[in-house]
Amino acid sequence: MAGKTTKSVAAIKNLNKLCEEYLKGKYVIEVIDLLVQPQLAEGDQIFAIPTLVKKVPEPIRKIIGDLSNEEKVLVGLNIRPAK
Amino acid sequence: MLQPHKWLPKTLTGIAGLDEITEGGLPTGRPTLICGAAGSGKTLFSLEFIVKGALQFNEPGVFMAFEEKAEELSINVASLGFDLDTLQKKNLIKLDYVHVERSEIEETGEYDLDGLFIRLGYAIDSIGAKRVVLDTIENLFSGLSNQAILRAELRRLFQWLKDKGVTAIITGEKGDGFLTRQGLEEYVSDCVILLDHRVTNQISTRLLRIIKYRGSVHGTNEYPFLIDEEGISVLPITSLKLQHDVSSERLSSGVPSLDKMLEGKGFFRGSSILVSGTAGTGKTSLAAYFAHETCKRKERCLYFAFEESPSQIIRNMRSISINLQEYVDSGLLEFHAARPTLNGLEMHLLTIHKMVRKFKPSVIILDPITNLITVGSVSEVKGMLIRLIDFLQSAQITVMFTALSLTTVVNEQTDEGVSSLVDAWLLVRDIEFNGERNRGLYIMKSRGMGHSNQVREFVISNEGLSLVDVYLGPDGVLTGSAREAQQLMEETGVVLRTHAVSRKDREIERKRMVLQAKIESLKEEFESVQEELNKNYVEEELRKEVLEKNREQITQKRHHGNTNEPGSESSVNG
Repeated sequence: MAGKTTKSVAAIKNLNKLCEEYLKGKYVIEVIDLLVQPQLAEGDQIFAIPTLVKKVPEPIRKIIGDLSNEEKVLVGLNIRPAK
Repeated sequence: MLQPHKWLPKTLTGIAGLDEITEGGLPTGRPTLICGAAGSGKTLFSLEFIVKGALQFNEPGVFMAFEEKAEELSINVASLGFDLDTLQKKNLIKLDYVHVERSEIEETGEYDLDGLFIRLGYAIDSIGAKRVVLDTIENLFSGLSNQAILRAELRRLFQWLKDKGVTAIITGEKGDGFLTRQGLEEYVSDCVILLDHRVTNQISTRLLRIIKYRGSVHGTNEYPFLIDEEGISVLPITSLKLQHDVSSERLSSGVPSLDKMLEGKGFFRGSSILVSGTAGTGKTSLAAYFAHETCKRKERCLYFAFEESPSQIIRNMRSISINLQEYVDSGLLEFHAARPTLNGLEMHLLTIHKMVRKFKPSVIILDPITNLITVGSVSEVKGMLIRLIDFLQSAQITVMFTALSLTTVVNEQTDEGVSSLVDAWLLVRDIEFNGERNRGLYIMKSRGMGHSNQVREFVISNEGLSLVDVYLGPDGVLTGSAREAQQLMEETGVVLRTHAVSRKDREIERKRMVLQAKIESLKEEFESVQEELNKNYVEEELRKEVLEKNREQITQKRHHGNTNEPGSESSVNG
């Protein structure tokens, strides 16, 4: 994220909700504010804000947007919703 | 020529030739769009802009690559002498590779490209960059599917760049019908440059065209450029206004008898000379003589060989006692050999420009230019030569072209086309007579000086070149052995004539003596006749005198009476 914008706030909220629902106890969220640490944008190859980078398990995925489309987020995180 | 504009500030690019065409470079603080097909040189162009900016103008730059990774870029341009790693270490440039891979991305809802802005901003601020390149931002379009967001963000990006005050280059891939595939020209409209890579007749030419330059006068033609081991060189335009200084200095051609035909002084410095003739007439020899003479004066000469290899020329010239090797070794003479069909005409022109600028000769030789016709049409060659001659004249460089005439008739197209451009035209022609072939040299034209209009026989022996007066016999011009025969004959004739003359002299002398003798005898006759005449006269006088006396005597006697005196004489025969 880059500063507190509506999109970033919404994204973090949605992310927390999703992780609680599907990955309880099995996740770590790291929030990086690029306005504070701009040099990290290059290393993680960030160009869109907000971006969720799924680092583990491989492959690395970049999920961009405010994460309002839950289905797409799950696809991006490779989580199959438990039926 | 490069004056700072009062109304539009420009940034010099450092790319050879481009700054002249744009009259100052790219618009400062504005984005410029460079578009072209794949492989047309966009990345190299923009990279050179950044590197030259850092090295020559002390303007650090940021290169944001969307296609090649930073390491790949470094390797690819190392051969051009651009050491990106060192420049990065010195914080003069910053390379940032933005990885956009569709398969890795999942778009879920609203987003913006602030990440990109932040990265760019951070990179610019970290080195104080004045120049930025985004190459090629269209890759975002292939990675992200939300066109609306993308376009809005791009518009924001270019405004942001303007606000940052950096001079930016955006590259875009050429689209069908549009300048760029994604229509970037909508957003970047201050300056648009198109790069093209064309192949005609199996020869490729790279061309650059300024499509748009808001707020500035610019040339709208296509300018050829080449990419070589030093980067990009655009062919600079010479001001074809025909306004340059000329010199009155004269240069010897190296052949004293030829100089004599040119008012005894030779060619003008900075002029152009064409030597044409059929094969084997000695054009290269003349050119080599000229080169040799130039080096003797300690001036540099650049010899472009389009047919023979330099070592061949040097060896061949040794046979007429011209030693070019010593000048090559001392660095006064430089050869540059290339097959004309290797490159397009524009490339040849560009190469000549580059070498002339690097080597700074005072004389250049192009031997021969005829093969260039195979590369382009006559009008194209003429156009190229006009530009070349103009460039050389303004630099006061003398140029000698050799050209092959294909037949012995003097009005072939090449000769006609080129001969009107040059200042001096020497024609070497075969004169065939009685089974023998000799060479005659004519000075067809020589601007600005009187020249001999006599044809001279051009003799090449292993002592070198010389021009000999031809013989005008009763059958016309005689050269070679016919001339020698005629000379011999005339010599014999002269001897005979002197002999004849002396014989006649003697006869006349004799006749004179005979006549003189006659005159003498006549004179004597005349004198004797005169004497005779005189004698008669004297006799007459005497008789008269005697008669008088007698009469007197008789008279006297009568008076004295008839005295018969004894002893009186009386002449009976009175």
